[in-house]
Amino acid sequence: MKEELIISGRMNYKVDPSLHIWGWEIPLYLFLGGLAAGVLFFAGLYYLRGKENEYQSAVKWVPMITPFLLAIGLGALFLDLHHKPYFWRLYTTIKLQSPMSWGAWTLMVITPLSIIWSATYIKDVFPKWDWKYKWVDDLVAYFIEYRTQLAWIMIIFSVILGIYTGILLSAFNARPLWNTSILGPLFLTSGLSAGAALIMMLSKNPLERIRFSQIDLMLIAVELTMVIHMFMGFRASTEVQIEAAALFLGGPYTLSFWIFVVFIGMLLPAFLEIWELKGNHIPAYIPAVMIISGSLMLRFIIVHAGQASRYLY
Amino acid sequence: MKQSRREFLKISSLGIGGVTLAAPFFNWANGAIVSDETPGEDFVNRTPTYCEVCFWKCAGWVYKNDKGNIWKIIGNDEDPHCNGRLCPRGTGGLGMYYDEDRLKTPLIRKTIDGKQQFVEASWDEALDVVAKNLNKLKEKYGPECTALFTHGSGGKFFGDLLKAFGSTNITAPSFAQCRGPREVAFLATYGEIIASPERVDIRDTKCLVLIGSHIGENMHNGQVQEMSDAIDKGATIITVDPRFSTAASKSKHWLPIKPSTDIALLLAWIHEVIYNEWYDKKYVDKYCYGLDELKDHVKNFTPEWAYGITTIKPHVIRQTAKEMVNASPAVIIHPGRHVTWYGDDTQRLRAVAILNALLGSWGRRGGFYSPEKKSLPSFPHPEFPKPKKTWRDAHPGKYNLAIEVVSNGICDATIPTPDNDCSFKAWIVNGTNLITTLPDQKNTLEAIQHLEFMVVIDTMPMEITGYADVILPECTYLERYDYCRTDQNREPSIALRMPATEPKYNTKPDWWIVRQLAHKMGLDKFFKWNDIEEVLDWQLKQVGTSLEEMKKIGIKKFPREYDDLYFVEDQDIDFNTNTGKIELYSTDLEAEGFDPMPVYTPHPEPDPGFYRLNYGRHPAHTFSRTANNPNLTDLFDENVLWVNPIVAKEWDLKKGQEIWLENQDGILSTFPIKVRVTERIRHDSVYMVHGFGHDNKKLTRSYGKGASDTELISNVLVDPIMGGTGMRSNFVTFKLENPHKKEVAS
Amino acid sequence: MRYAMAVDTKKCVGCSDCVVACQTENNVPIGYCRDWVVEITHGTYPQLELEIRSERCNHCDNSPCVRCCPTGASHYSDGGIVLVTEDKCIGCGACISSCPYDARYPHPDGHVDKCTFCIHRVQKGQKPACVEVCPTKCMYFGDLDDPNSDVSKVLKKRKFKTLIPEAGTKPQLYFLI
Ligand SMILES: Nc1nc2c(c(=O)[nH]1)N[C@H]1C(S)=C(S)[C@@H](COP(=O)(O)OP(=O)(O)OC[C@H]3O[C@@H](n4cnc5c(=O)[nH]c(N)nc54)[C@H](O)[C@@H]3O)O[C@H]1N2
Ligand SMILES: Nc1nc2c(c(=O)[nH]1)N[C@H]1C(S)=C(S)[C@@H](COP(=O)(O)OP(=O)(O)OC[C@H]3O[C@@H](n4cnc5c(=O)[nH]c(N)nc54)[C@H](O)[C@@H]3O)O[C@H]1N2
Ligand code: SF4
Ligand code: SF4
Ligand code: SF4
Ligand code: SF4
Ligand code: SF4
Ligand SMILES: [Mo]
Repeated sequence: MKEELIISGRMNYKVDPSLHIWGWEIPLYLFLGGLAAGVLFFAGLYYLRGKENEYQSAVKWVPMITPFLLAIGLGALFLDLHHKPYFWRLYTTIKLQSPMSWGAWTLMVITPLSIIWSATYIKDVFPKWDWKYKWVDDLVAYFIEYRTQLAWIMIIFSVILGIYTGILLSAFNARPLWNTSILGPLFLTSGLSAGAALIMMLSKNPLERIRFSQIDLMLIAVELTMVIHMFMGFRASTEVQIEAAALFLGGPYTLSFWIFVVFIGMLLPAFLEIWELKGNHIPAYIPAVMIISGSLMLRFIIVHAGQASRYLY
Repeated sequence: MKQSRREFLKISSLGIGGVTLAAPFFNWANGAIVSDETPGEDFVNRTPTYCEVCFWKCAGWVYKNDKGNIWKIIGNDEDPHCNGRLCPRGTGGLGMYYDEDRLKTPLIRKTIDGKQQFVEASWDEALDVVAKNLNKLKEKYGPECTALFTHGSGGKFFGDLLKAFGSTNITAPSFAQCRGPREVAFLATYGEIIASPERVDIRDTKCLVLIGSHIGENMHNGQVQEMSDAIDKGATIITVDPRFSTAASKSKHWLPIKPSTDIALLLAWIHEVIYNEWYDKKYVDKYCYGLDELKDHVKNFTPEWAYGITTIKPHVIRQTAKEMVNASPAVIIHPGRHVTWYGDDTQRLRAVAILNALLGSWGRRGGFYSPEKKSLPSFPHPEFPKPKKTWRDAHPGKYNLAIEVVSNGICDATIPTPDNDCSFKAWIVNGTNLITTLPDQKNTLEAIQHLEFMVVIDTMPMEITGYADVILPECTYLERYDYCRTDQNREPSIALRMPATEPKYNTKPDWWIVRQLAHKMGLDKFFKWNDIEEVLDWQLKQVGTSLEEMKKIGIKKFPREYDDLYFVEDQDIDFNTNTGKIELYSTDLEAEGFDPMPVYTPHPEPDPGFYRLNYGRHPAHTFSRTANNPNLTDLFDENVLWVNPIVAKEWDLKKGQEIWLENQDGILSTFPIKVRVTERIRHDSVYMVHGFGHDNKKLTRSYGKGASDTELISNVLVDPIMGGTGMRSNFVTFKLENPHKKEVAS
Repeated sequence: MRYAMAVDTKKCVGCSDCVVACQTENNVPIGYCRDWVVEITHGTYPQLELEIRSERCNHCDNSPCVRCCPTGASHYSDGGIVLVTEDKCIGCGACISSCPYDARYPHPDGHVDKCTFCIHRVQKGQKPACVEVCPTKCMYFGDLDDPNSDVSKVLKKRKFKTLIPEAGTKPQLYFLI
């Protein structure tokens, strides 16, 4: 028998007996970031493809939710900080090797961008809108001129933001479960798919709905491949990673992961969408809510399970 | 037991809350003590002390931070007991001072509305009650019917008080519950005792044999340090222990002996050494008495014979004997310290002493050195009165070889019997938690019920305080002066303890308490001083130093005055025994009617379903006294029950599962204990650290944490030679459900 | 200059003195610790082996905690000692998640805390508190670039290992075996 014990009573808060430094705040932050990234990505994309009026939800008004999503996300991040009065320190340095740092800076860019983008469409959506100050009107008019440039920047930064939500975790070699380069693309895909689902759910235009339903189907297929890849990668890796994967393959996270993330979050909505595309009627919000909640659960489960996987003891 | 006159009172039942005087330095929110100090400058403010967390008494410095709060305690580099390094308990000693569960003010037991309770009192009131009661009982029964139980430095003042009062019944658990058998055995063999710190030259040994002594868990500082030095120098370590102790893990040979069979192993080793003529001939011829008798005696005690008893293979016995011989005379068969195991302990220690003699290690480098101490004269006082009787009168013809007062002897003599005319009527208990210290709790409690008066002086609301008539709160060692430490070592030294800070709460040092009591009891003429500084300064000046100097240096070393550390080649030595020689054959034991040479007798084994209760030390705790220390509970806050995986499987026990224990006499553990499944314990035994399972709610960090070994030790094997209480023949079985609940239900 | 520490597992008795000494020296709040002791038993009674290790931050040469810190609060100081500047730390926990040894913890005051190799003592020429107190003298500290330092000498003489070398952190806490 091998017996391994910490005999000096180490019980550091949030570190022992297992790491629990991140509670609900970080996964929520990652989810909202990913969702906002997805929405903004499609807004930019379809604007550039000239579908501004066809896909009004995607381009014009769903993005108006993103400043709120991002703000709530940032709020969650802020709540997570243990040393809040020093929050501003995030913006006194740029540390390229620290995902936390460039994530903070990305948000610094994309949050105002999402506000500007929304501002440029606000009168389209709410015709009676009045900015009250002339200089705001002028400013918005100025930005409307540069929508194309804005759309490009938005696409680039939303991809960065989407990948960031995964890389934040995968940069931590110390957690065997997170130690896989697939997390970046996986979280990006999951964010895009949640964004698409949100657009699909909120859109009144059947054509737009079908478009985003197709997009979702494709993204789910990609996601599933990545999940399978991830586990194959773990199984072929070091002992600690095999142990980490075991958390999902018979371990404590098995049920929640396979049921909430894979089944309810991917397989079932995919099935429903195929069903719908074949001409049956299913309320759009059902698969959409499933996809979005799957995307949320993915973050929660990966963040929590990752903290349960460790090298020592 | 009779109707209890003295109900156990939980001090928690009274409004002590009002006495929290000092502003807490620690903030207890979130269950964490948070100090907001940043590391201060060294040497800002340091005062000397010697540690009181155990009886090694390491000298150290108490550092305070710039806010004047005690910051840390660091060993004194000059001190031969510690060489500048304290053990974890000494380092964490400041927790004794900061513990907010401390006794805070004197308490008097009163019956109010038919209910006994403790009532807060001023020192004057409380000491009046003590003085009046002791004097009253003195008049009624004579002064000899008052006994003092004491363990620790402050006891010396109470000792003076008791002698002035007219009684010499002063006892410490360190004899009959601890090292008594060893001292008597070595006295019988060499005419000298081992004493503390042990005179073992581990530093320079080539072979260290530990029989049960679990150095490394037993953190007696100097020995731990020297064992580490010995490992560095490549010394062979042989550990005889049924449990895979930490020391065993550092040993070249670990002999996993069947418990209680050590005498057989020792006799086989002696057999090998004699019959192979491996013993130190010159040394034995010159210094020893009784080789022929011994040779005859051990004739049949071959390794094969011992194998059947000890389960140690014959070739291992031979090989280890050879290892000792190769190292001889730089070999130590360690005499151990807590040696009251099976009731034949003096004889086992005699075997240890004999084996050392055969290998010529006594008085030799790497064996046993001659220690020296610097004594300080007592402050002048008139001669103490001669008592008319002593504790021995209660035990006619028994324990004649005991060289100190037998604590359990006093306890027994407190329970009146028809043929016993010296019953004790009053106890003064200072710094010893008799409830967890003496085995056979039922007996201890019964004795207490027969007392007419008991005063307890302690720092913490330990179990014993619950039975007191008066509780006097002493301040901790960090807040007081005591007599200087003068214990032996390779070099004589004197160490000073002075207060680092004012006493917290309404607590007082022993010297002050005793001085006040002496006055109230009309014993002023024996105490012709008012302040301890006066006494210390006078004493120190007699040996060429002063209080002022000692405050600066903390410890002063003196040159050896008498002999060398080791015997000189061919030196003629007159040993302090009847024959003037090292007695392999003990004439003293023979005269008292005991076996002059050790004999192996089998001891009972556990019944099926029962396991031998083994116990020992945790490196970060001292007995029960540290179980509530905030710094040390942070390292280890409850004892666990070591169970072999085979046994765990049989009982379907899981790691961390809470179980209750029941011993061979049907005694149940009050609290459950968590299981630790480990290969480090035999399948016929279980093991736990002594000192846990506290049963006083006022001890907020330790109440109900773990289980008490003491309450399960009801079978006591008394050593007929010196009265020691053998505690290792108790067996326990497991209760998976709470047995106390069931009792209530039925 | 490259400070490092070596712990002799053959001498360590697991007494935890290093842990209390660190707590008092550095005012580590009770309930928390910067160092800890691990005991590993191999085998079956009575064929047993025990390894005892006093562990703490490894002051990694390639430390993920410094890399991932968004504010620069975690940084390399003199001799490669990895430190946290309290008033630059936002308490985001990234460094805690990044340390494979779980050597860091959130201090109740909000910032992250860990072993400093007692830099405040080392700068004064003293040894770290844990090294200085250890009753078995089983810890060695010093500058690896100085061949005469305690740690260089003992590493030359003895076999040693580091923990989780595969994590690529280049730990500077060596265990003599
Ligand atoms: N940390 C710490 N250190 C202490 C103390 C403390 O409270 N805490 N107390 C100090 C005091 S006063 C004393 S007396 C000493 C006591 O310390 P020691 O003298 O070392 O104590 P022992 O009871 O001899 O040793 C306990 C060991 O004996 C083993 N043992 C049990 N039964 C047998 C047996 O039948 N045969 C053999 N060969 N071994 C057996 C146990 O497995 C255990 O490892 O410790 C001192 N040091
Ligand atoms: N079951 C069992 N019984 C044992 C042992 C065992 O291993 N198992 N070991 C035996 C041995 S070897 C020994 S030496 C004895 C030790 O026996 P004790 O010395 O009685 O041991 P403790 O339980 O530590 O009790 C010490 C008491 O002193 C108090 N105290 C601490 N500091 C001070 C102070 O400065 N002033 C005053 N006035 N009081 C203070 C503490 O609060 C506590 O109540 O126990 C023996 N009994
Ligand atoms: S051995 Fe430890 S507890 Fe005992 S006196 Fe020394 S430092 Fe204090
Ligand atoms: S103080 Fe020394 S012996 Fe004790 S646990 Fe720490 S490193 Fe080991
Ligand atoms: S051990 Fe952990 S905290 Fe220390 S330097 Fe390495 S990664 Fe950073
Ligand atoms: S918690 Fe503090 S030290 Fe750690 S990464 Fe965040 S800012 Fe840096
Ligand atoms: S080096 Fe200093 S800070 Fe680090 S563990 Fe040791 S005592 Fe603590
Ligand atoms: Mo003892």
